[in-house]
Amino acid sequence: MAKVGKEELLHIAKLSNLNLKEDEIDKYLLNLQDILNFANIVNNANVEGLNITIGFNQNENVFRKDEVVVFEDNEALLQNAPEKERNMFKIPKVIQ
Amino acid sequence: MNITKLTVHELQEKLASGELTSYDITKAYTDRIADKEKDVQAFVTDLSEEALKQASIMDEKIKAGEAKSKLSGIPIGIKDNICTKGIRTTCSSKMLENFIAPYNATVMEKINDEELINLGKLNMDEFAMGGSTEYSYFKKTRNPWNLNKVPGGSSGGSASAVAAELVPWALGTDTGGSIRQPSSFCGVVGLKPTYGLVSRYGVVAFASSLDQVGPITKDVTDCAMLLNIISGHDKRDTTSVDNGDKDYVKALKNDVKGLKIGVPKEYFGEGINPEVKEKLQEALEIYKELGATVEECTLDIADYALATYYIIACAEASSNLGRFDGIRYGYRTENFKNLKDIYRNSRSEGFGSEVKRRIILGTYVLSSGYYDAYYKKAQQVRTLVMQEFEKLFSKYDVLLTPTSPTVAFDIGSKSDNPLEMYLADICTVSVNIAGLPGISIPCGVDKEGMPIGMQLIGKHFGEETILNAAYTFEQKIKFRENYTPEFKGGAK
Repeated sequence: MAKVGKEELLHIAKLSNLNLKEDEIDKYLLNLQDILNFANIVNNANVEGLNITIGFNQNENVFRKDEVVVFEDNEALLQNAPEKERNMFKIPKVIQ
Repeated sequence: MNITKLTVHELQEKLASGELTSYDITKAYTDRIADKEKDVQAFVTDLSEEALKQASIMDEKIKAGEAKSKLSGIPIGIKDNICTKGIRTTCSSKMLENFIAPYNATVMEKINDEELINLGKLNMDEFAMGGSTEYSYFKKTRNPWNLNKVPGGSSGGSASAVAAELVPWALGTDTGGSIRQPSSFCGVVGLKPTYGLVSRYGVVAFASSLDQVGPITKDVTDCAMLLNIISGHDKRDTTSVDNGDKDYVKALKNDVKGLKIGVPKEYFGEGINPEVKEKLQEALEIYKELGATVEECTLDIADYALATYYIIACAEASSNLGRFDGIRYGYRTENFKNLKDIYRNSRSEGFGSEVKRRIILGTYVLSSGYYDAYYKKAQQVRTLVMQEFEKLFSKYDVLLTPTSPTVAFDIGSKSDNPLEMYLADICTVSVNIAGLPGISIPCGVDKEGMPIGMQLIGKHFGEETILNAAYTFEQKIKFRENYTPEFKGGAK
């Protein structure tokens, strides 16, 4: 059974694009260990030779024609932007 | 006449006969909201004012013979993770506090095509992650049967609003029990349709292979009516299925003679509250009296299914919630120097603790070194769960279990212990894992007067069978005539 350490938790948080405060680290370490201990019972199930299931009806690809559908209400899309300029989403400079 | 007591099929009759207008009905509900919402706290966005305007317009249309459907002018409540064009869709999260959907979810288009009137957006656990609605960023919804108890979750606002008669019916979503468990806690009817029966387009994704939209209603007839409206193939959701044009109301025969009911004994064992067990046993006797055959069976996958559920749901959530980055919509931090800061700080400040916990767990089980041990294993167990159900459905038409091991619990009693909260989903999650339909209907109350829910599970696309089984039972015990929420207790 895997034991989750602080460093590993911080690594996972980084992969998740989340910062954790000190008190959150302690709490999540406990919670995560608890939940993983429980979740570990999947390893007791006899699944030898069984395929994986992604979803009840998702094991086949569904194809459709690649047709462009124009969404015309740009204004409605942009009204949710935290920051915008001239009809575009604005972000900080990426290339220095 | 007490309008808010009526079911939707009763309202529809009175609307058709001219005894009531859309305005009469809508006004009765907005008055009720003005009176009771302060106790129940079911709404994130209250659209009372707008709804009354629409009702007047609808009455003109009805008068002119221009109404599009038999339900034109009937109000409804919508869970706040279903996109409503021009109206806030928050998922009860700080992340989406000010998000105004630029388009309607397919189910919302269908609701609008029927000319139903939206009374408001209903509270939920943040991003549908929780079983008590305590994880809402905005407020804690209360259970109208006892205001000190949770309404269940994550569709707690929807179930509570229907039970408190703040809306005549509502839409919820169910990823691991989020329609059925709150319906059980609030003494109303809730259906999780077969995966694929209802389009997920425009529903904020939590775990895409498990999520389904479904009805929460006062009785089974209303449930079938609302399913008629929302079901159907949608080319914008490739997982949605064309299942023909069914009229689920026609399936309600009030007859279960010869119906084969399997009762998995594992769902009546340890951990199930004795009073819940007792009521379920009574229900089984009633089914026997009604001519169904009832037989004990084995479905020894409950623990596996629950563990599998939390692995798969969190894995999918960690991926789905990656889109919230503070760029195109949603919360953006004020504290940043570069793009990376925007992503990390916006997410860290915008998500609540349970959501972050699940993203971390999901990322963990997908990360290299653990993928095979957890995620892949869980997907194999998923196959096993489906096979076990298939075996049972070769012998039985429906399976009967409690919806939840307990009745509604006290507000605050589990919110600090995530694992304990997760374990409360033991009866419902396997249905989502296998993509089956499940309905919860009330089957009685405990000594304290809290409702107890019974779950009927059907084969894939077996909605007609479980709706009829639920309907026949409902006609026999007449729960709504015998019990009403009393708004006991008060805000602590």
